[in-house]
Amino acid sequence: MNVVIMGCGRVGAALAKLLDDEGHHVTILDIDSYSFRRLPADFRGTALVGNGTDQEVLVRAGIAEADVFVATTQGDNRNVMAAQIAKHIFGVRRAVTRIYDPIREEMYRELGLETFSPTMVGAHYMHALVVGRPAPAVPPAGR
Amino acid sequence: MYIIVVGGGQVGYHLSKQLIAEGHEVLLIEKDARTCDRINEDLGSVCLRGDGCEAATLDEVGAGRADVLIAVTGEDEDNLVSCQVAKVRFGVRRTIARINNPKNDRIFRLLGIDAPVSSTQVILEHIEHEVPQHPLMHLMDLSRFGMEIVDVLIGEDSPVRGKRLSDLELPPNAFVSLVITSRDGPQAPNPSLTLGPGDELIAVTPIDQEARLRRVLTGV
Repeated sequence: MNVVIMGCGRVGAALAKLLDDEGHHVTILDIDSYSFRRLPADFRGTALVGNGTDQEVLVRAGIAEADVFVATTQGDNRNVMAAQIAKHIFGVRRAVTRIYDPIREEMYRELGLETFSPTMVGAHYMHALVVGRPAPAVPPAGR
Repeated sequence: MYIIVVGGGQVGYHLSKQLIAEGHEVLLIEKDARTCDRINEDLGSVCLRGDGCEAATLDEVGAGRADVLIAVTGEDEDNLVSCQVAKVRFGVRRTIARINNPKNDRIFRLLGIDAPVSSTQVILEHIEHEVPQHPLMHLMDLSRFGMEIVDVLIGEDSPVRGKRLSDLELPPNAFVSLVITSRDGPQAPNPSLTLGPGDELIAVTPIDQEARLRRVLTGV
């Protein structure tokens, strides 16, 4: 698969490595080139400085050939905007989007983005640990 | 009308002030507590501290009965999401978003924002108007029809100098609606009117024919 990831934080970089190890073609975007230090030395994909809400940057990242777009910056609204551009302007079939706010997460899921809320995933996970139930192997989707 | 304004910066403040003066019911949502207090001291209790992108905040201000939501924060993505939440969750009929990057105009329309307003574009156009001898100036979009109104100055080397209006080969659906001659002032666009240097035309044209209209009238 061709995957474009916006945001090279801890999550973005770890995801890029997982996909790269499996042989997928990964392009990762960040507005700060210093973030790319998180990528492993043997990363074979492309790291590109730029803002994923800018159409020209997305074109340079090869959005036209992408099978999946992933938005994982710190900003919910930035993620939502970039994911919608990828899906509705460039016709990328799947747009995976991190949205911290559970209410917004639910709304954009209904609007066709593949969303998840680390807030709810984290809460469920910790809840399981607190009450002494085995932590869920696959994080629960949404709420 | 009940109007919700999101973002209490310069634009949000002056917009709210104006709307209140026009007799509308206005509620302003602003994240920063101090900005909020200052606005409330000045305009009365119109400002609520909160995040205008959050459904909970919009619920609190009764977005369900709002006629219009106008998002004018400095961040395009925040304005987009605020308008989308208002529209999808609360069924607000008309959403207006300020955009800073003019390239976002098309995206915002595609994503359901009724009226994106590009502050950068507005400033650029105003400056363009002040640049002397600019041959074609954009005056106004008639976006519902894909048309625009432009002002064209006939220069010394214009190819239509000395021609009559009826002889102009204008692009399809483009019309000259007014001629301001340097000698006689404003004139109805009589087909026999002869154009001369210094004359100005107000024309209506399909937006995608603007370049062709400019070439016909100014040669550049």
